[in-house]
Amino acid sequence: MLDVRHCATLAEAAGIVSGDRQAVLLGGGTLVMRDVNEGRLTEGTLLRVTDPVFRRIEAGGGRIELGAGVTMGMILANRDLAFLHAAARAIGGPAVRNMASVGGNLFAASPYGDFTVALLALDAQVVVQAGFGSGRAVPLEEFLAARERSGPALVTAVQFSRPSNPGEFHFRKISRVRPKGISVLSIAAHLPQSGGRMAQVRVAYGAMAPTPIRARGVERALEGKSLDAGAIQMAKQAALEGCRPATDAIASEWYRREVLPVHLGRLLAGDGR
Amino acid sequence: MAKIPVQFRLNGSDRAAFVDAPETLLNTLRRGLGDFAPKYGCGQGACGVCTVLIDGEPHLSCLTLSVACEGKRIETASGMADGPDLHPLQAQFMEHFAAQCGFCTPGMLTVARALLDRNPNPTRDEVIEAISGNICRCTGYEPIVAAILAAAGSPGMRRSEGGRHA
Ligand SMILES: Cc1cc2nc3c(=O)[nH]c(=O)nc-3n(C[C@H](O)[C@H](O)[C@H](O)COP(=O)(O)OP(=O)(O)OC[C@H]3O[C@@H](n4cnc5c(N)ncnc54)[C@H](O)[C@@H]3O)c2cc1C
Ligand code: FES
Ligand code: FES
Repeated sequence: MLDVRHCATLAEAAGIVSGDRQAVLLGGGTLVMRDVNEGRLTEGTLLRVTDPVFRRIEAGGGRIELGAGVTMGMILANRDLAFLHAAARAIGGPAVRNMASVGGNLFAASPYGDFTVALLALDAQVVVQAGFGSGRAVPLEEFLAARERSGPALVTAVQFSRPSNPGEFHFRKISRVRPKGISVLSIAAHLPQSGGRMAQVRVAYGAMAPTPIRARGVERALEGKSLDAGAIQMAKQAALEGCRPATDAIASEWYRREVLPVHLGRLLAGDGR
Repeated sequence: MAKIPVQFRLNGSDRAAFVDAPETLLNTLRRGLGDFAPKYGCGQGACGVCTVLIDGEPHLSCLTLSVACEGKRIETASGMADGPDLHPLQAQFMEHFAAQCGFCTPGMLTVARALLDRNPNPTRDEVIEAISGNICRCTGYEPIVAAILAAAGSPGMRRSEGGRHA
């Protein structure tokens, strides 16, 4: 039988996650409740965190912290987070967005995880209070690499720096159905310019590997360059480095590999298509 | 396992039900409280026929735990008409033949209502975005979009109880 426990504090939830391997954290439930309805999840305890800290947004300054329970809808309602609106709007339809949480997106299997792609290009850190790497802020890339084998965890928040120029942060999701369709792939890029050259470039992909990944080859191709046709060509040539896309109901591995460089080129060229 | 009591406001009335711990709001509404407007389509969040407003915002009741709704304001399409007077959205859905089999209609009306509460004069693109989580297999969407745009222009649009500007 499946039980539900309401945790008034994060500490209480962390205690249960650490001690009970059958505890399943419930964010917005858009993935967990599917399993309940399909009879895939019939035993154990669903943990509902009611601590207000879990749904807190701190976005007034240069350092941003989003509680893991913050929903895509809450991000879209927050003007200080305008640079993240394209990524938040990429998740499902309006009702899904009112439920889908930042924390749940970190665990969503490919081709889901579009918001996490944006976080990866922002060099986000994941605050874990129980389970993998607990008690510290883990770099998101490290967190994703360990996600499948790390067992139950309680993520309480994600943290990252605000891009000093929001116009240098880009996100696009490629899907076959508009306005709402599951990702063929998604791309996020943070391209800070200093003196006409790019420095600390971060590019990330969704649906191009079992988890969202950083596009290291592209980052190397762009670092220190000005964003011109030559640099974009080099980035496109390096686009597929490290990619291991899947064939699924949305697209084949071949198709994802074919279209990724095209969409990356358009994003870098500022082409709105 | 013992049943758990939950209380919430449903379409403006206080209601109570005894639920199982993992019971969905959709089951509580349909089986426990006899509100058959929200439907069970996919149980996966994909079709939108189970959409209800929780504190004025669209949520999928098939993916929502009833025990998480304690003290909330829930609104379904059943609460839209005022006695014999249809809500302007309902009237325009009839006018524009925006329902054929009608299975998607309660969900469509609910997301449209949330849109117009927030944005009384939406553009066509905003209407399309608002219904993008709802599937209709009959009308081809065009009549639905037309009906919502017509309702936006019609006098007497009432706001939902939990709407942001209510
Ligand atoms: C119709 C539909 C369309 C969708 N479209 C998209 C899409 O376009 N892009 C996309 O990325 N996703 C999409 N999703 C998937 C999903 O809605 C999102 O990925 C969402 O962000 C998941 O968050 P959640 O809070 O609902 O997760 P939940 O279902 O609550 O949880 C998912 C997993 O994460 C774990 N978890 C959740 N929070 C925590 C935490 N704080 N600490 C530890 N573990 C945690 C849960 O235990 C569970 O294993 C869609 C889903 C549906 C139903
Ligand atoms: S039944 Fe809830 S979305 Fe289909
Ligand atoms: S009217 Fe039949 S599904 Fe929409």
